[in-house]
Amino acid sequence: MKQILAILVNDHAGVLNRVTGLFLRRGYNIDSITVGRSERKGLSRMTIVLDVENPMRAEQVVKQLHKQIDILKVIDLTGRAAVERELAMIRVSSSLQNRGELYNIIQPFRATVIDVGRESITIEATGSSDKIEALIELLRPYGIKELARTGITAFTREMEPV
Amino acid sequence: MTGQYTVKEIETSETPSPKSGAEILVSALKRENVEVIFGYPGGAVLYLYDALYECGIPHVLTRHEQGAIHAAEGYARVSGKPGVVIATSGPGATNLITGLTDAMIDSLPLVVITGQVGTSVMGTDAFQEAPIFSMTMPITKYNYQVRSVEELPRILKEAFHIASTGRPGPVLIDLPKDITSKASIVDEEVEISLPGYNPTYSPNMMQIHKIVQALKMAKKPVILAGAGVLHARASHLLRQFAERIGVPVVHTLLGLGGMPADHPLFLGMGGMHGTYAANRALYECDLLINIGARFDDRLTGNPDHFARNAKVIHIDIDPAEIGKIIPTEIPVVGDAGETLRILLEEELEKCDAEEWIRSLHSLKKEYPLWYKKDEGTLKPQRLIEMIHEITKGEAIITTDVGQHQMWAAQYYPFQTPNRWVTSGGLGTMGFGFPASIGAQIGKPGELVIAIVGDGGFQMTLQELAVVKEYHLPIKIVIVNNFALGMVRQWQELFYNERYSESLIPTQPDFVKLAESYGIKGILVQTEEEAYEAFSNNFFHNEPVLIDCRVAPFENVYPMIPPGKGIHQMEGVKP
Repeated sequence: MKQILAILVNDHAGVLNRVTGLFLRRGYNIDSITVGRSERKGLSRMTIVLDVENPMRAEQVVKQLHKQIDILKVIDLTGRAAVERELAMIRVSSSLQNRGELYNIIQPFRATVIDVGRESITIEATGSSDKIEALIELLRPYGIKELARTGITAFTREMEPV
Repeated sequence: MTGQYTVKEIETSETPSPKSGAEILVSALKRENVEVIFGYPGGAVLYLYDALYECGIPHVLTRHEQGAIHAAEGYARVSGKPGVVIATSGPGATNLITGLTDAMIDSLPLVVITGQVGTSVMGTDAFQEAPIFSMTMPITKYNYQVRSVEELPRILKEAFHIASTGRPGPVLIDLPKDITSKASIVDEEVEISLPGYNPTYSPNMMQIHKIVQALKMAKKPVILAGAGVLHARASHLLRQFAERIGVPVVHTLLGLGGMPADHPLFLGMGGMHGTYAANRALYECDLLINIGARFDDRLTGNPDHFARNAKVIHIDIDPAEIGKIIPTEIPVVGDAGETLRILLEEELEKCDAEEWIRSLHSLKKEYPLWYKKDEGTLKPQRLIEMIHEITKGEAIITTDVGQHQMWAAQYYPFQTPNRWVTSGGLGTMGFGFPASIGAQIGKPGELVIAIVGDGGFQMTLQELAVVKEYHLPIKIVIVNNFALGMVRQWQELFYNERYSESLIPTQPDFVKLAESYGIKGILVQTEEEAYEAFSNNFFHNEPVLIDCRVAPFENVYPMIPPGKGIHQMEGVKP
């Protein structure tokens, strides 16, 4: 089960360490973690995606996070209406001949080409992780030279302040 | 001459004079009414020690940083106030790791200040540098690395607040050397603002009403009371509550002393080496009211068999403890004292559980703690019983971990709270003796007895110097079986008697050792000698070390074997 957590934290030095250390100790592998500034000065927003096998452990994760003094708010987005986005940059082998074909493939994904070379193009895509995965699978036969994904950043749809 | 004139002008002006970081820290410690500091100086804290010189707060120089932090734990346990520790950077700081973890797991309030190398060389593997801030994140309730002199007053105030409120725990402040020497004019009166830290003291009333309802339905209720009751100084409320609803009480190891041991509703300690009656109650109950205990695996045994037919109520100030181990029907986040106070305001009736109590009473009678009394050898259980008789149960007892600890828990029935100082969660060898130093300093008028094993004592015995130097009348009782007793017991029972590295035939002459520190040492080999040594020396205002040679192959019973359920105790009867 994927568990998605939106967390508001103090942006002190070491906070990321505090949060990730908590997962390390319990042996959880973090699927992805994104951190950046929030709308409030001094506070950062983190989005953590975890793979947890049972709901009791998922609840324990939220409680342990809440316990952290530097964490102001934890919202479990799992199963809730949420806006989720991920950004990926994909460098694909591309001869000059098949370039048009590639453009046609990425167009329905509303992805854009952000760098062009003789042997490759670099594509930027934003969207749900599923959409990005679908695009990657379509591009894979052309030869993916480099791939970078940011991991999910998310918050609730109901506009509740996180 | 003009220079002198300038100085005078500053003295008479209204502006406060600048203070160094070290001076700011010392005045913050004074504002927190710190009574004593346990510590060990070194290069990175020299400015701080200079500011401590003649500052008026007594400092206890232990002989190892581990001794300092365990002493601070002992002090915190008996006094209820945060223990304060100072160590230097690098090795000084890393020597505190065991004590920090111990305090964390047993919820003891500490404020620990470690020196750090100067900010200009931090991260360069400088002399005596250790990344203690990141190292101690998982073993402190919170920790700080000071970045500027200006934030010192706030950090100190927050540290004491965090350590001593909510679920108590250790807070570490890592302090770079240059910050202790930098002078600044700072406002020392600060307000605490910690939006991410709001411990819940008062329980939710809806949950309280659920408890009242559940009590009406229960036929086999039992209260499990842990150290949370003692931290909340609420043992009198626990007793009132148990008496009002007529429900028997089981204590965890760390909760001992909450209920008077001779109280008719008290069933003894639960868990691996608890009483049969207590564990049967935890196994068979239909309602379990946990107040301030964290369902440690040494208590529950195999959790699949623990209170399996019971509705579980869990009252804890730390929400993360609720549902962590045992699924809970009625979760109550709140301070044990506050929750009991509110419960007692409700219309509580005596539970309809006469038959249940009668059956538990007969279990208590039928399966008491036992050991074989044979002539000639000194039985460790008898040793503890004698200590109890002679002290009339009024001593403060500190222990390490292992057989002697379990015997002390079993055979020293505590009547009053906060007299039992033991390393529960971490099971730290070497804890008991330095903890007795802190306990004695925290309660100078009390009789403090360190009951230690021969193994654990040798881990921190250098603190004998402290006992001598500060005239602490501590009684050290070594339960000496020339072995790492509990390891040996497990090897006997579960590893085919293959005593791999658990027998320790080579030992110092503990009597001479004590004498070399200027402390009276006594060797005891029989019951009579022990009785004489205890009664002749416990009430003198002098420290004494009594090396008691006990029966070497004695085991702690009864016992839940590892992996077994709480109903599968062995050695219940001789």
